[in-house]
Amino acid sequence: MSRLMPLLTLGVAALFLASLLIGPAPVGVLDSLSALILDDGTPMTLVMREIRLPRALLAVIVGASLGMAGAAMQGYLRNPLAEPGLIGVSASAALGAVIALQTGLAAAFTLALPLTALGTALLGVLLLLALAGPRGASLTLILAGIAISALAGALLSLVLNLSPNPFATSEIVFWMMGSLADRSMTHVWLALPLSVLGWLMLATLGRGLDALTLGEDAAQALGIRLTRLRLTLVIATASVVGAATAVAGAIGFVGLVVPHILRPLVGARPSRLLFASALGGAVLVLAADIAVRLILPDRDLKLGVVMALIGAPLFLHLIYKTRKEFA
Amino acid sequence: MANRIAPRISGSVRLCKALLLAAALIGAAAEAQEAPRRVVSINLCTDQLAMMLAAPGQLHSVSFVALDRRASSMADAAQDYVINHGRAEEIYLMQPDLVLAGRYTARASVEALENLGIPVATFDIVTSMAGVRRAVLEMGEALGRQAAARDMVADFDSRLAALQAEVTRRPRAALYHANGFTSGRASLAHEILTAAGFENIAITAGYETGGKLPLEILALAAPEAIITGQPYPGTSRAERIMDHPVIEALRRGAQGAAVTDADWVCGTPHVLRAIEGLAPLRRALEATR
Amino acid sequence: MTALLALHDLSVHRGSRPVVDHVSLRVGPGECVGLIGPNGAGKTSLLRAALGLLAHQGQSNIADLPAHARARQAAWMPQSREIAWGIDVEAVIALGRTPWLPRGGRLRPEDRAAVDRAIRRMKLESFRHRPANHLSGGEQARVLIARALAQETPLLMADEPIAGLDPAAQITTMEVFGRIAAEGKAVVVSLHDLGLAARHCTRLVMLDRGRAVADGAPGAVLTPERLEEVFALRAFYSRSADGPIFQPLESLR
Repeated sequence: MSRLMPLLTLGVAALFLASLLIGPAPVGVLDSLSALILDDGTPMTLVMREIRLPRALLAVIVGASLGMAGAAMQGYLRNPLAEPGLIGVSASAALGAVIALQTGLAAAFTLALPLTALGTALLGVLLLLALAGPRGASLTLILAGIAISALAGALLSLVLNLSPNPFATSEIVFWMMGSLADRSMTHVWLALPLSVLGWLMLATLGRGLDALTLGEDAAQALGIRLTRLRLTLVIATASVVGAATAVAGAIGFVGLVVPHILRPLVGARPSRLLFASALGGAVLVLAADIAVRLILPDRDLKLGVVMALIGAPLFLHLIYKTRKEFA
Repeated sequence: MANRIAPRISGSVRLCKALLLAAALIGAAAEAQEAPRRVVSINLCTDQLAMMLAAPGQLHSVSFVALDRRASSMADAAQDYVINHGRAEEIYLMQPDLVLAGRYTARASVEALENLGIPVATFDIVTSMAGVRRAVLEMGEALGRQAAARDMVADFDSRLAALQAEVTRRPRAALYHANGFTSGRASLAHEILTAAGFENIAITAGYETGGKLPLEILALAAPEAIITGQPYPGTSRAERIMDHPVIEALRRGAQGAAVTDADWVCGTPHVLRAIEGLAPLRRALEATR
Repeated sequence: MTALLALHDLSVHRGSRPVVDHVSLRVGPGECVGLIGPNGAGKTSLLRAALGLLAHQGQSNIADLPAHARARQAAWMPQSREIAWGIDVEAVIALGRTPWLPRGGRLRPEDRAAVDRAIRRMKLESFRHRPANHLSGGEQARVLIARALAQETPLLMADEPIAGLDPAAQITTMEVFGRIAAEGKAVVVSLHDLGLAARHCTRLVMLDRGRAVADGAPGAVLTPERLEEVFALRAFYSRSADGPIFQPLESLR
């Protein structure tokens, strides 16, 4: 554990650098980096600062957010299957983002986009908690997640179909699969405030999630205020997932894969898993985004496709492992 | 001697004249028989070609897309015709004797019409200036207006030649549409661009067949002009790329920008207007180097 | 005597039915109180209400405290023995230190010492670094008891802590509770095993349909009349050189 956090930090730094250096523009490492730092008047500066840098930053923000939110939800529901994508929070956030864009709300004031996404994500989380109950049994959780995703996805399609714009209908692929391609620094500034807010809120949950290992009664008796914990969790999750989805679409499985892999490395402690998953999530999304650019670069492979290819088999494996619960 | 030959020659000349006259009469009769009297067009490009070439009263209906100013160069003219939505039942009730369709018109609708015994003439997508000529002549053939078609082609050729004559330097330009798509060879947009005297950076950057042009490559190519499409109402992610800071910077840095409009869409002689539209930009760029 | 647990007229209602019916109780240091009663008598509800985990009428000194002060005053081991993740035994026990930890959440030397004491008491030394959810049910119960011990509060409350343990472990655990009480703390445990309750508790409180029907020394509480009326039971009870011996003989239902 004591080696894990520095290792993960190193991983984030290395992949961040790699992300800055990978792209269709055939420019060397040193030239790219100097174009980033010094404005040498060549178009490469524009490429580095306005195309590659925002993409790398967003990968870190989105990855950290989804990893941390996944670890928090799993800690609260005491279920390794809980993660924002699977339980419908990402789809709910995407719905909000689409509504904000199509109604022109996003153009009205700057943070309208992530805030609307937060709002619908909040509804999604609340609905999930109402359906799944305090101790999220796997079956109920997955079913609730399917229902919420289906509802949000259907409403999203509807909104896009009603748009006068002929390109809108095909946008659903982006919203449901996610992508970091061609983002700009505007998107970074859009996502950052709510993400940072959410991260800070999630960071306070460590002690409570640890105590919840013993169950709600014991945790309450240990002095944890459960209503406050639940409220913080709900708002923080909606915040980070809302911000991330608003700019990158619904990217699933990060919150499932990262905590699962890191759990044995942190002694299964939910509090440690929170921070490790933030870094781990950043590593995973950076790596996936790099993979997307190396495999089939001219085919615009969506980030969500890579994540699903990694995450879905793991999801199946986890279901198999916990199938005794269903019996 | 001459007297004996002359009567034979004059006899054969008279025979030839008679034969020619007969052929002309037959041809005219054939033309008069083949010319459809009630034509319905269900494709934007055939709409416009038909409107330009048809005899008065020959064209009965055009598609609703012809009314869309964004896509149709003849939106005003289209208002004089009955509007259809390309549905087989609707067309059948109009009792046409010829339907004009595009290669990508809904297969089901075309087959339904053919099954109902209505002849359908299908026109390919035009991707070059030679294609414009071909399309005009084919339309003339279909409508029985060959002479008018030939005149139109001749006019087109002379105007095109005039436009191309004045090019001195070929500035580098980029075509960039929603979703980051550019146009390469074998596309009408490319032909318009090059006929207007520009060099398409997609070709030099290695994207000969068009498709998605990465934003980075566009930025590095630093075109002198960037030509984009007009945004549609409502928002879409596909078009948001036009707001990307890189595009904004290119618009500012480049001497000019231009916007494609309805004249770029179909392969009709209206493409000349598109080429003319780019001329001021090219002249301005020529002057700066 | 300063009461570590003071309940006055405590009532809990489920719908209109009283699950706990006007119970008053005072427990002071040095006492090991066994809470006994048949199934559905309201033992768990009484304990949870006393801790403020259940809505109630009447007064409980623990429930009147704010949440974090409560946790430093009373340790609670619930009946459902959840350990959600494969955390080390040592880490599970260390969770008992949660109410004492400063902001950073790091274990201080005194916290580690408390954990070590609890491990020694429950004889879990060889289990220290094993994942807690790989242990048997009985071993997990001992770990959870150790967690409550590590909390080192003046009052310790446990709901059926020895259910599922083997006889030796049951006796050892009850002896631990007795020793803690003797050290000046107060212990309240709910039990089904009347024999162990008689042997190890200094005082028994008998609940029947939510009411406290008896409160006193085991010999005074476990009278044949009460056993018949409350438990529908006939039992053998006598004092021997090895202490009180209690054996249920016959069900009177």
